Amino acid sequence: MRVTAGIDVGSTYTKAALVREDGVLIGTGMRPTGFKLEQAASEALDVALEMAEIARADISYLATTGHGRHRVSARDLQVTDLTAHAWGARAFFPGTRTVLDVGGQTMKAMRLDERGRVLNFRLNDKCAAGTGAFLEKTARYLGYTIEEIGPLVEATAESVPISGVCAVFAESEVINHVSQGRAPGEIMFGAMDSLIEKSVRLMKRVRMEPEFTLVGGINRFPTMVRLLREHLAEGVNVPQGELVQFTGAIGAAVLARRRLNMLEAA
Amino acid sequence: MRYAAGVDVGSTQTKAIVVDESGSIAGRSLIDTGANVVVAAETAFQNALRAGEIAPEDVGYVIGTGYGRYKVEFGDDQVTEIVCHARGAAEMFPETRTVLDMGGQDTKAIRIEPGGEVLDFCMNDKCAAGTGRFLQSAAAALGLELPELGPTALRGRRPVEISTTCTVFAESEVLSWLARGKAVEDILLGVHRSIGSRSFGLLRRVGIEEEITFTGGVARNEAMVAVMNEVLGVPTNVSEESHFIGALGAALFALERAQLQDAPTRRAVGEG
Repeated sequence: MRVTAGIDVGSTYTKAALVREDGVLIGTGMRPTGFKLEQAASEALDVALEMAEIARADISYLATTGHGRHRVSARDLQVTDLTAHAWGARAFFPGTRTVLDVGGQTMKAMRLDERGRVLNFRLNDKCAAGTGAFLEKTARYLGYTIEEIGPLVEATAESVPISGVCAVFAESEVINHVSQGRAPGEIMFGAMDSLIEKSVRLMKRVRMEPEFTLVGGINRFPTMVRLLREHLAEGVNVPQGELVQFTGAIGAAVLARRRLNMLEAA
Repeated sequence: MRYAAGVDVGSTQTKAIVVDESGSIAGRSLIDTGANVVVAAETAFQNALRAGEIAPEDVGYVIGTGYGRYKVEFGDDQVTEIVCHARGAAEMFPETRTVLDMGGQDTKAIRIEPGGEVLDFCMNDKCAAGTGRFLQSAAAALGLELPELGPTALRGRRPVEISTTCTVFAESEVLSWLARGKAVEDILLGVHRSIGSRSFGLLRRVGIEEEITFTGGVARNEAMVAVMNEVLGVPTNVSEESHFIGALGAALFALERAQLQDAPTRRAVGEG
């Protein structure tokens, strides 16, 4: 059976996904993007190939997406992040009408029609306060790594208000809270709260409606997902575990398959 | 002889100025603010007294300014940094009508009347883009010390276009330019120009009127001054004391208050 590949070259991580003709995901791979985009893409793809136990020559069509999509020379097709995430979200949850994607350096909200076309979207890529970078900075001010954030916040019940206006100015806010004896977990929780508030505002601007599908690396943190579920009340989908980060890559692979089918039909 | 003092507690550095009865600077001090703002204010004040060989009891009035002005616990009053910068700039350059103050965490554009009265002002208090922090992040990303930034950027010939606004993203943009083989001086010149164009936008919002005085710690950076002069098309006034201008303004206000306090007492003595 034929296989198509999708590579999502994001600002922080590069993700690759291999999807079989019948829609089954057979391999995923992830590498930090760094500054050698082509190399990151190639390595992420190799990880996915190894998992799927196939060779590069077995890939019938390869689509790229993400901010570095133009930098992967092996591509047959490139698609925008919005389209890739829309198709990826619908591959998991066909009833998806609103997609929220929060990654390392972007936050995107989009509304889809029943056929998956993007009707409306809003994105923030200008300011770190509305992206995963805000959590990363806050964690760094507190002396924690991004991997430690999840467990830290899970073990916390209360949060301190963090203004979330600017990721740089957050430093003095964090220092103030620490000197007043607030626990790091409470401060991180506050930072997540502020990110949630921004996400919901962005979704309101695209006139959100259920079902909601949450994608992007930020949903690795169970607290983020729990808080978003509380805010959105009904019809919230989240791809399982690690898969949440591969939505764009999977969407790209699905679009690669469609293109391949179209080319063959023509 | 009576003195008055101003203490400007900034996000990055704390400055203290002591002036004599004629308003001339008698002592000054500059230290890093650090984590303990109260201690920083006290230390800067004591250092300025020591520098001027002035006894604390000879200082009649102290005004705190800057973001930590309420932490100047020994101060008699607080005045905002906008008003103090306006006053200080007008003192140093009497023809000043527009002040650009670039500090560690904020950039302000202030339009003033002759004498230093504030007419209008504008500042970026919600976003660190276009402030000293932007330069600090770039310096950290490139492994340079702050004083090296200006001289390095001045050697730039083909500035890169910094496309990101946010200071956090600029850090990664700087690294990606480096990875693409751009020279450090061209990247830095690009960083300075990006700050320059944001500051110009801020100045335009209050209305630019000559003369323009450039104050704050970032005015010590010669590349930033060169870029601002180029963007504005006129040379800005820059003092060797540019980072002390807020403290100077505060000290001058303090002097007025001290003299006001004294006036009724003297009259009482005369009447008696």
